Amino acid sequence: MMLRADDKLDIEAILADLDQYRPRRRGWLWRKQGPRRIGPFDYREVSENLKQSVPLMAAKYFEDINPQPEMVLTSEIASGRFEDDLRRMRMAAWHGADHMMVIRTAGQSHIDGLMEGTPEGVGGVPITRKQLRATRKALDLIEDEVGRPINLHSYVSGLAGPEIAVMFVEEGVNGAHQDPQYNVLYRNVNMVRSFVDAAEAKFLLAGSKIAQIDGAHNANATARQAWKVMPELMVQHAINCAYSVACGMPKELICLSTVPPTAPPAPALRLDLPYAVALRWLFEGYKMRAQMNSRYMESDTREATVTHVLNLLITRLTHADIQSNITPDEGRNVPWHYNNIAALNTVNQTLVGMDGLSDMVKLDYDGELGTIVRELVERAVLFMEEIVERGGYFSAVEAGMFVDSGLYPERMEDGIVRQLGGGVGLDTTLPRHADYLAPVCQHFGNNPGLPEGQKGCDLIGGCTICDSEKVFYIDELDENDRVECRLSEFDEHRAAGLLRPEVEWYADGVVTLNVFLPAPAAVAEYAGQQMAKRLGIQEPEVVHKRVMHPSEGTLLEIKGVVNIDVDPALLEIPVKEDVWSEDEIRSALKETPMRVVAATVGDDEHSVGMREIIDIKHGGLEKFGIDAHYLGTSVPIDKVVDAAIEIDAQAVLISTIITHADVHRLNMQRLHDLCVEKGVRNRLLLVGGGTQITNDMAKECQMDAGFGRGTKGIEVASFLVKNMKQRERDGEA
Amino acid sequence: MDEFTKKRAKLAELSDEELKHRFWDLADQVVQPLVDLARTHTSPSIERSIVLRMGFSSLEANAIVNHCIRRDLLDRGAGGIIYRVAQSQGLSIREAGERLAQGELWDTFQEGDA
Repeated sequence: MMLRADDKLDIEAILADLDQYRPRRRGWLWRKQGPRRIGPFDYREVSENLKQSVPLMAAKYFEDINPQPEMVLTSEIASGRFEDDLRRMRMAAWHGADHMMVIRTAGQSHIDGLMEGTPEGVGGVPITRKQLRATRKALDLIEDEVGRPINLHSYVSGLAGPEIAVMFVEEGVNGAHQDPQYNVLYRNVNMVRSFVDAAEAKFLLAGSKIAQIDGAHNANATARQAWKVMPELMVQHAINCAYSVACGMPKELICLSTVPPTAPPAPALRLDLPYAVALRWLFEGYKMRAQMNSRYMESDTREATVTHVLNLLITRLTHADIQSNITPDEGRNVPWHYNNIAALNTVNQTLVGMDGLSDMVKLDYDGELGTIVRELVERAVLFMEEIVERGGYFSAVEAGMFVDSGLYPERMEDGIVRQLGGGVGLDTTLPRHADYLAPVCQHFGNNPGLPEGQKGCDLIGGCTICDSEKVFYIDELDENDRVECRLSEFDEHRAAGLLRPEVEWYADGVVTLNVFLPAPAAVAEYAGQQMAKRLGIQEPEVVHKRVMHPSEGTLLEIKGVVNIDVDPALLEIPVKEDVWSEDEIRSALKETPMRVVAATVGDDEHSVGMREIIDIKHGGLEKFGIDAHYLGTSVPIDKVVDAAIEIDAQAVLISTIITHADVHRLNMQRLHDLCVEKGVRNRLLLVGGGTQITNDMAKECQMDAGFGRGTKGIEVASFLVKNMKQRERDGEA
Repeated sequence: MDEFTKKRAKLAELSDEELKHRFWDLADQVVQPLVDLARTHTSPSIERSIVLRMGFSSLEANAIVNHCIRRDLLDRGAGGIIYRVAQSQGLSIREAGERLAQGELWDTFQEGDA
């Protein structure tokens, strides 16, 4: 199976024969360093180019290049339906993501065992074998399509950590969140259970070179004053790092999940930069996963994006191995398809724009920066000392030392308190017996029953870690809550090829409407909703409002549902001419120079449109070296033809406005007739233009082409040059 | 003098590198007892993960481990029990596991059978 850019992902084909599918590799892959020369520029911090991708919009001015930053880029995928997530992953991969972080459904961390099948999730998907297998299978196709390996990632936390880790190894998952402190602090899993399970999970991840990301950044999102928890964050990172290393995980698989803690209007860089520098110095040898700030996000996607750009500045001034992103709409809803893409575009645009910045800009460690870094580390050392003084990690948690909003050693006494004798999974761990035996590979800790010198699974003739054929596959357990049922709901819709708006799930019908109303916010909100209803938008909800002035106006973004289907087969879509590139046009013109006559005809004094097509400063015909003779406005048709003959032009361009009397049609027809009369029609390309002109209409009037509103000079130039070349070839033949 | 100023006085002597070493020494001290705990303990999830690795389904793993817990045998290792029962009864690993999952053969398990 191979994906073609012109075909949609066939979800049914992905789901077929999943029991037979095996992942093609295990473990995490970093990007490979790329060429320094891309298009017209030299780059310092890039990886290999993609085979297929969608570049930034400005790329058209730079030979359509799409330089890829040197670090792995994340896209967090969390629609609640994995079949829809797969399509989103494909879009994300085309926009540069190679780390698909699948968010779990709410509550999975408290399920004591594996989930199976494909039930619908909330705020994420249930992570199951079928879901992972189908996702990995789709990503294998997608990575071939874009030409870069894609890492699949999810969570090894909660009560079923070791089992999930086994499943991740078996199913070729490449990265995982694993941090026992996360379970303890945010999921209230019993501390002993969490740490005992974590060791097994980490050992499993390490054995298959699966990258691990910790959970420390959650303290940023939880503490009331996130910028004050910086010393503690370093302690949390260190506990997970040291624990992972002690469990056999090499440093290069251990990634710190770190977030710049503040956002404007705070003086963000002055607070966030020293922390980023301190972290990278203190955790030398470990990998950095830079995440963006979500703590101070509201509904304004622009404001969020600016904060995120500042976060990326910190990445460039320091470094990161994985750059993750928060979608700009996360302050208002579960991320929508196109906001995943917006976030990736922000990352690519900013990182590439700052390529090589540190070759020109250096941090000044001798000043304030160095002083603050030292202070932060000292605070972290003091924090660690108190943990030891209190008798260790468990006692420190019982004392509420973590996620306190005070800047340590200052205390606000609002930390999270957990008891050793409490939490989910209490009293479920127990000491291994003297003849304890686990006859499998990648098992952590004492295994006295295993005969010396033997590999874990020798006793049983192989385990799933060594032999993927041994993996037991369960398809579904629930007859109704499963992907096939959800897909069948829209079988007819899909088969008919109908189109309905979508932001998250197939045919969810969600659209947004941007409205500015000259009214105060409260009035505007209700007025806007009513307008949306009258437009036929169901369930209208204001997802963003921004006061322009208390009385002068408010901007609204209103979301709602429109269950309108359009059948693309019934649309009349004009075939778009293939436009040549600037270079192709220039080189063709170098061989054969071109002269054209242009005029606005009839009683028309408008010259703006024609000037845009011709003028060098608008990127018009002159820019490519076409010799354009502009005759002015209200030019009679016969003058135009005479001028073309006089200067021996190869083409005539006339511009005309639409008139009720169809004068524009008559003008075009007249131009043709006159050229025929004077015997020059065969050597002249005739082009009609104007705001309401279409190619079809112009051709009906015997023109060679017509160009309407929004036409760019390059499109006309491309048409002229291409047809001139064609005529040359026809003449030779 | 605020608390930080008081407490940091003793760290003033340390060079940056020494401070970094101090930090990691303390981190190792904090995690050492936790690693020892993990090395010597097991849990239902660890045991299920072992049964999975032996080629059983999540449903079978769950059933086998629950029987272990009910019979106070989890500390022997669920995988070890399957192996030892298979050995003593002349069964394949799969056959032994399937029957244990159904609540059978548990009386045949004896300590140190290996």
